[in-house]
Amino acid sequence: MISDLFSVTVLVGILASGIRLATPYLYAAIGETFAQRSGVLNLGVEGQMLLGAFAAFYVALTTGNLGLAVLVAMLVGAIMGLAMAFVTVNLHAQQGISGIGFYLFGLGMSDLLFQKMLGTVETVRGFPRIHIPVLSDIPGLGQIFFSQNLMVYAAYLLVPIAWFVLNKTTLGLKIRSVGENPEAADSLGVSVAGVRYFTIVLGGTLSGVAGASLSIALLNVFQQNMTSGLGFIAVALVYFGGWRPWGVLGGALLFSMVNSLQLWIQVLGIPIPSDIAVMMPYVLTILVLVASVSRVRGPSALTKPFERED
Amino acid sequence: MKKNVRLFVLFVLLALVVGACGTPATVAPAPVQPTEPAAPAATEEPAATEEPAAEEPFRVAVVMPSAINDLAFSQSMHDALLRIQEEMGGESMFEIVYSENMFVVDDAAAALRDYASQGFDLVIGHGSQYGSSLQEIAPDFPETSFAWGTTVDTFGLPNVFAYEAASDQGGFVNGAIAASLSESNIIGVVGPIETGDAKLYVDGFKAGAEAIKPDIDVRVSYIGSFSDVALASEAANTHVSAGADVLTGTAQMVVGAIGVAEENDVLWFGTQSNQASLAPSVVVASQVYHWEGILAEMIDMIKGGTLGGQSFIIDLANGGEVIEFNPEYELVANVNTVAEQTIQGIIDGSITIDLGQ
Repeated sequence: MISDLFSVTVLVGILASGIRLATPYLYAAIGETFAQRSGVLNLGVEGQMLLGAFAAFYVALTTGNLGLAVLVAMLVGAIMGLAMAFVTVNLHAQQGISGIGFYLFGLGMSDLLFQKMLGTVETVRGFPRIHIPVLSDIPGLGQIFFSQNLMVYAAYLLVPIAWFVLNKTTLGLKIRSVGENPEAADSLGVSVAGVRYFTIVLGGTLSGVAGASLSIALLNVFQQNMTSGLGFIAVALVYFGGWRPWGVLGGALLFSMVNSLQLWIQVLGIPIPSDIAVMMPYVLTILVLVASVSRVRGPSALTKPFERED
Repeated sequence: MKKNVRLFVLFVLLALVVGACGTPATVAPAPVQPTEPAAPAATEEPAATEEPAAEEPFRVAVVMPSAINDLAFSQSMHDALLRIQEEMGGESMFEIVYSENMFVVDDAAAALRDYASQGFDLVIGHGSQYGSSLQEIAPDFPETSFAWGTTVDTFGLPNVFAYEAASDQGGFVNGAIAASLSESNIIGVVGPIETGDAKLYVDGFKAGAEAIKPDIDVRVSYIGSFSDVALASEAANTHVSAGADVLTGTAQMVVGAIGVAEENDVLWFGTQSNQASLAPSVVVASQVYHWEGILAEMIDMIKGGTLGGQSFIIDLANGGEVIEFNPEYELVANVNTVAEQTIQGIIDGSITIDLGQ
């Protein structure tokens, strides 16, 4: 039975569904990477995702315009980010707790809007799969890489962009310096508040897109609490990835691949209790985290509010 | 600094309140004053006018783990209560109050106790996870009738009813039809957690499929969650990649899996509620729970003074479970015969379901 796992169908299946599963994590975790590199822990990701998911779904359902739906999801995420930035940057709130507050707000608000504006679970026509000519016909590889939907591709494109912005631009330098030593950055004329506002709003925007990737690209439905903890895993993936976009990509892929592996284990009838199979991705993540925790160091000013001394 | 802390605490409280408003305790419809039956002349004292004629409304409160519109477990109960309300003559005769999304058992227990102390005639804990809470609460309110499910256990208490669905029966019928329609002879099942009503349905489905085709391959995956729509969808994708041409699944997160079935033009069998609206082209049939029959029995018993001590079961024979076919999916004639014979066989007892283990 175990040998069934090593067939081409299964390997292709694991890779293809791993790539899909990783998509929402990528958007949310890349956004969170920016926020954390500037010293802000945003635990409200899940709430931002839920509101983004609902907004995108509602707009797609009523107008049929998917581009507009993504834009509205971004806007909703950005507004949530703006509120989070105000609370953490201006009010110097404890970031972990206020983030949980924002999560609960997003959870409750998206549910309320769903009840009042839709009332029942419906489906919507979301982003279709794109079959890239010629490439999608390559056996195996075609199914894995070249027949996903637009939002999946965009998520992966985001990784090198984020890497470039963080490491090769002045903006990235400012973000990193604000996260490492805000006092020094401030004395050099960098606006700590301004940079943090930017990263938190960017994080919110991408979380909104993460929600949209679920509701109008991968699943094409909206249901209460449909993210089901995904946003919190995205936050964990930032630590897992050592606050680097490529590391986040690795973590998201590893977690998702193991998750799809456990789905295949059950489908193939390999005699492992389902409860154990379901635990696999989480256990593996903890193990890798424990093994790697001593090697990477997070931004020094993470979770520390900055108060300018005048 | 202190000011900031205070501001922050204020904010968190605000966030919690707003969050709470949306999620756990949506109570509706609010108890409506009986405006309609009041005589047009009586404007000042509507309460006192119709004392002799107006009957006290029967008041039911229900606590549910998911949303009333989940197209699954919670919706089946809410729909049943609405049907009873209609039969009994509207809100003035039958009052329904509910708390939905009560995933947290502690919150649910508080809600159950609240309802009991508000003097509802029947307080329902619609979820097997609420059992131990009810066992504690019920003895404190000997005048109130409680019901909970899905289970058969009334704890030996005189004011507790128990109810259960023989979901293996509908599962068996679904499985028999599914096996008849499958060409690849591979069927995929997406379940939440391997327990209770879900396990019963899945085991029944498997038995039904194997009764029609002994060599059929029914592959079951439990995703470990009642809410993870994304993982349910990917589990369905996995089944399709592995060659399944018919899918089924149970609990509220399967909406993700139904989408996958539709996208891949793979047949779907539903349970708990009619799921045809989600994917009219691929949903063949759904096992639907009609709790109203046993609820009506309970209400009659309560009105007669018996507040509990009995357990009920809905099944195909008593009409509590109905296989609802999707009119937009045309079932091949000979498969339709299989379906009818299987349903009839279970009802008259000529088919017995052997769940193996």
